[in-house]
Amino acid sequence: MAVVETVKLSKHFNDVKAVDGIDITIQEGEFLVLLGPSGSGKTTLMRMIAGLEKPTGGTIKIGDRVVNDLPPRLRNVAMVFQSYALYPHMSVYNNIAFSLRPLGMTRQQIDDKVHWAARMFSIDHLLSRKPRQLSGGQRQRVALARAIVREPDVFLLDEPLSNLDAKLRAMARDELKQFQRQLGVTTIYVTHDQVEAMGMGDRVAVMSNGRMHQLGTPQVLYQSPADTFVATFLGTPPMNLVETDSCLLGFRPENFLPEAAHPDTPHPLVIDFHLTRVEFLGSDRLLYGTIEGADGPVKVVGDLPSVIDYTPEPGTICPMMVDRRHLSYFDKSTGQRIAPTPFALRGLRDPAGTA
Amino acid sequence: MAEKTDTRVHRPHIPSPARRRVNRLGRGGFQAATIAFFTIFAAFPFYWMLIATFKTNQDLYRPLNNPFIFNQPPTLDNLKLLFNETNYTVWIGNSIFIGIVVVLITLLLAVPAAYALARLSGRLGEQLGILMFMVYLIPPTLLFIPMSRVITVLGLRDSIWSLILVYPTFTVPFCTWLLMGFMKSIPADIEEQATVDGYTRFGAVVRVIMPLALPGLLTVVVFSFTLTMHEFIYALAFVSISAQKVISIGVTSELIRGDVYFWQSIMSAGIIVAIPVAIIYNVFLDRFVAGFTLGAVKG
Repeated sequence: MAVVETVKLSKHFNDVKAVDGIDITIQEGEFLVLLGPSGSGKTTLMRMIAGLEKPTGGTIKIGDRVVNDLPPRLRNVAMVFQSYALYPHMSVYNNIAFSLRPLGMTRQQIDDKVHWAARMFSIDHLLSRKPRQLSGGQRQRVALARAIVREPDVFLLDEPLSNLDAKLRAMARDELKQFQRQLGVTTIYVTHDQVEAMGMGDRVAVMSNGRMHQLGTPQVLYQSPADTFVATFLGTPPMNLVETDSCLLGFRPENFLPEAAHPDTPHPLVIDFHLTRVEFLGSDRLLYGTIEGADGPVKVVGDLPSVIDYTPEPGTICPMMVDRRHLSYFDKSTGQRIAPTPFALRGLRDPAGTA
Repeated sequence: MAEKTDTRVHRPHIPSPARRRVNRLGRGGFQAATIAFFTIFAAFPFYWMLIATFKTNQDLYRPLNNPFIFNQPPTLDNLKLLFNETNYTVWIGNSIFIGIVVVLITLLLAVPAAYALARLSGRLGEQLGILMFMVYLIPPTLLFIPMSRVITVLGLRDSIWSLILVYPTFTVPFCTWLLMGFMKSIPADIEEQATVDGYTRFGAVVRVIMPLALPGLLTVVVFSFTLTMHEFIYALAFVSISAQKVISIGVTSELIRGDVYFWQSIMSAGIIVAIPVAIIYNVFLDRFVAGFTLGAVKG
């Protein structure tokens, strides 16, 4: 269990800046998620912490040690690869025991440890099997048991759930989070799946093109995205962005509701919405349409929960409302979050109502 | 009703059960005939060698005799000639000794080279691997002349050590290339996992890569051993002392004296070596084939 810290950490592959100056501190026992699209540098960042890649610049600290020049085996980190990387020629028992053997433990100590880890993930009945005889979910559990058996300082997980089918994944997510709490190991978790990130992370670092866009709790990330990338990367459907004369205006689909459905919001912003299509998704209805932005119509989406017993008619102009507290403002050129600014928008019902 | 109409419409396309049985029998018969043909094709030389081994001269050389059977009682004279009047056992010993030493040298050089080319040098490694394979394609018929100079300068002429020195020049490039394919097919993840799990790169190679490359290693052993067993040109060019000869040269140079061919002894010399090699080959055949095709499938 240790604090992990990177300072100005970067990794260049020839001209490509895979990781470009990342400063991040992961607290003891924290579950930190590195979230980003593929090619964002999140896996490279993790591999540098594991010692599998040599940084081009910057430092990595685990606990009090600068580990830049230490090989992986001396860092006391455990890693679970996306492929699980189980040793195909070894039984499950030997897979789990493998990392204990260089530590000079007695046979009995190793045996106790392996059984402890196997029981934790309920795979003690599989110990004599070979990896190829296991299902995907079982393999994943073996990989996790192998990672925790050494009680590492840091736990590195590289998309460990992406090879599971959707049903198993939700269950595995919950389990994994519980194990992490129970063990209290500092954990870095790489994923491109925002559901995993939001659901599991104590904090989430959103990355793209080797840079970190925002680091914060899932709530902060969702409610106050630091820039338009984070705003549109998180959330399904993503945040609506509408260009006004002075700024980019952002609002979440679930905050964009027909005025008729919510008559008494204290500070409403009411906009004319050209509704083109209603998509029924069971618990929600998605409203597709356009509003008038600075440069013509902009496509926006509203998310109307099914508990609201009101369905607007497609093909009509429907007055939609956003609570002003739920508006985000971004700079037009940099995309960075800015303080609320006065703006004008053509479809606005109350032109006087600026922020 | 509708169903009945349906069947009638489709009937011409579906062979009746009886017809299908005939088809299956026909196919089975054809298969059996093909297998029989190739079995005879492959086994006949062995039969011929075996029967010739025990034939007397009069039996073998009379044109009127049926060549496929014994026309006179079998004899052990040919084997006596082979074992008592030639260095046959010495040649076998030399061949096996050279084979084992060359296999060891090949493994010692090809395994690290293949690992390095597969893992460490990226695209360059691949090109170097192809280049090494090209070396293998230069025929010994061209190389034996300059090689012969080298052997003379080193003072190894007429010694089995000349062959031990020269054979790795073709086994190492080929086996390096072969093992490269194997090493590449082993995911890098697994090796990296081992280094995270507390092992050095060398430890990871020994404990994880080697066991997974075992089929490849076996292929290399079988391949380089048989290659040295049947090599002819270098053995002929570098060694002319009887006691230092290998089996492939000893038999052909000392059982053919001028225009006299000791056919029966030549045949027996051949089959005594061929049968164990054939058995070993068959035992490892699956792995051997896997070894050759692996690189192709998982480039």
